[in-house]
Amino acid sequence: MSDTRIIQTDLSSVLTVEEIAEIDHELVHIPYKSGAAIDALKIVQKARGWVSDECLQAIAKHLEMSSEELEGVATFYNLIYRRPVGDKVILFCDSVSCWINGCDDIKQAISDKLGVDYGETTNDNAYTLLPVPCLGACDRAPVMMVGDELVTNLNNEVVETLFASGKSGGKQ
Amino acid sequence: MEKVLTRNIVPDKGPTDMVAYEANGGYSGLRKAMSGMSPDDCREVVSQSNLRGRGGAGFPTGMKWSFVPMGDKCTPGHKYLVCNADEMEPGTFKDRLLMEYDPHQLIEGMILSAYCIGADLSYIFIRGEYVVAIERLREALAECYAKGYLGENIMGSGYKLDMYVHPSAGRYICGEETALINALEGKRANPRAKPPFPQVSGLWGRPTIVNNVETLCNIPHIIDRGADWFKGLGVGEDAGTKLFGVSGRVKNPGCWELPMGTPVREILENHAGGMQDGLQLKGFLPGGGSTDFLTQDHLDLAMDYNVIGKAGSRMGTGTMIILDDQTCPVGMVLNLIRFFAHESCGFCTPCRDGLPWSRQVLEDIENGRGKAEDLDTLEYQINYIGAIGNTHCALAPGAMEPLQSALKYFREDFERHISGGRCPYHSGVGA
Ligand SMILES: Cc1cc2nc3c(=O)[nH]c(=O)nc-3n(C[C@H](O)[C@H](O)[C@H](O)COP(=O)(O)O)c2cc1C
Ligand code: SF4
Repeated sequence: MSDTRIIQTDLSSVLTVEEIAEIDHELVHIPYKSGAAIDALKIVQKARGWVSDECLQAIAKHLEMSSEELEGVATFYNLIYRRPVGDKVILFCDSVSCWINGCDDIKQAISDKLGVDYGETTNDNAYTLLPVPCLGACDRAPVMMVGDELVTNLNNEVVETLFASGKSGGKQ
Repeated sequence: MEKVLTRNIVPDKGPTDMVAYEANGGYSGLRKAMSGMSPDDCREVVSQSNLRGRGGAGFPTGMKWSFVPMGDKCTPGHKYLVCNADEMEPGTFKDRLLMEYDPHQLIEGMILSAYCIGADLSYIFIRGEYVVAIERLREALAECYAKGYLGENIMGSGYKLDMYVHPSAGRYICGEETALINALEGKRANPRAKPPFPQVSGLWGRPTIVNNVETLCNIPHIIDRGADWFKGLGVGEDAGTKLFGVSGRVKNPGCWELPMGTPVREILENHAGGMQDGLQLKGFLPGGGSTDFLTQDHLDLAMDYNVIGKAGSRMGTGTMIILDDQTCPVGMVLNLIRFFAHESCGFCTPCRDGLPWSRQVLEDIENGRGKAEDLDTLEYQINYIGAIGNTHCALAPGAMEPLQSALKYFREDFERHISGGRCPYHSGVGA
């Protein structure tokens, strides 16, 4: 079944030359092509923000594995996005130390401010809000990541300043 | 007290680079090993040191390594050393510190550990969110290759080792060592059946050792200064120092390097500054989210593996989470069970279906819809999901630890939720 789907679209031009080179570079210390599945997904996601169906099929073909198998890998991991995300992903820690320090209220404040709940992206495409397992900064709880940046000791003022541009609303 | 693991760590000064690391005695353990110690010699020192794994289970490191086939007992091919830098256990925040501020200490520990087991390839499997640590480790690796501490013929000894930083794509279960190996192989991170143990058949079917960041950071010092020195660092039964952490509503939450066997009270009162004003200690998880609650009665216990074990809990990662008297114990356990239910890899039924069931019962109790028989249901779940052997890995039994001990110590709180039809803490008033 996967084969018929693959034949339907021309996958040869989906991945860039740079992406393919980077994936092939990973293969140097990996004995089987499919062993680079996660690396390849991350390489492709890096510039595009997420992994589309087309990209997934092209990676699967390149790694000589079925796209079903690669889909099983892609959907297992929470940092591989199979849907488009905003310019920055907010990884909000809701684990125990942050919970004790009132993260539920902070989450609500962010949701109110941006008009999004978990799994949703703001209308202006600036942010996607996602929960994340304990971020390992429990002495500075509550914490979250905004893009690559760790934001600690969250309170309403911090939220207010960070997202000062205000409500952009919207769901996806 | 002499600082060992954190002697280079001054967060305000930023990371320790090669020059600063070597100026403070760094890579002298490696130099010592490469100029005359055999892998067996090195492993023997580590065995003698009584170092126990800092990843949660406390397994003796030297013994773990001794199962790796060596010399002509090993079939030709690669052997692997993997550093477990997945750190996602709720309430655990020690490995981040070690990697962000002293990446060379970890790398030196890994080179030495790889040497002990005869590995030629090594990976730092690190959670993807640790972007700063990933960058600093990569910089440090480049410095090592430039100086000939990695690659061919390390320090002229003829030993060859390559090392890679491998950022994970997420999921708590990747921290379980066989799931981690599957993740490294590009697969879904379901744990593997044991035996065969990774020491014999791990990454790509080859002998593999997985050790925690903090465990590995101890190795340079043990090789450099010897087993007796290391044993002398502990003030109780166990050897060495440990990064102990405290989070929750204390005055000064943080992470400190202290002797193994430091009493809980000392960590809590002298270092974490005691409870915030107006709050009392109700209980604590001694070593992360999957350890059993202890209470005020246990404050004078030494933070040693066996001592905490005998009291009915586990040292785990040594990072404590404090429950105060105005935080709802049912809510806290619900938060933890929700985490574990979400992070179940879905491979086996008691975990995949059992944990969401526990979560449902706890949600009912917390939201005032609990019934008297719910406590029996929870007991049933604890016996079933918590029994070692009923599940494929330790995630589900670990999840039951805070629940079973909360029911033991804070049963009244569960009962008050049920009889009152609401959470008595919800207004923020505990009594
Ligand atoms: C669900 C689960 C998650 C784990 N997560 C981690 C982790 O994030 N880091 C870690 O070092 N060990 C973790 N462990 C323990 C590892 O399986 C393994 O015991 C450890 O890495 C061994 O290292 P050590 O001998 O140096 O302690 C986890 C275990 C389980 C069951
Ligand atoms: S206990 Fe849970 S996490 Fe472990 S293998 Fe079973 S389903 Fe997966």
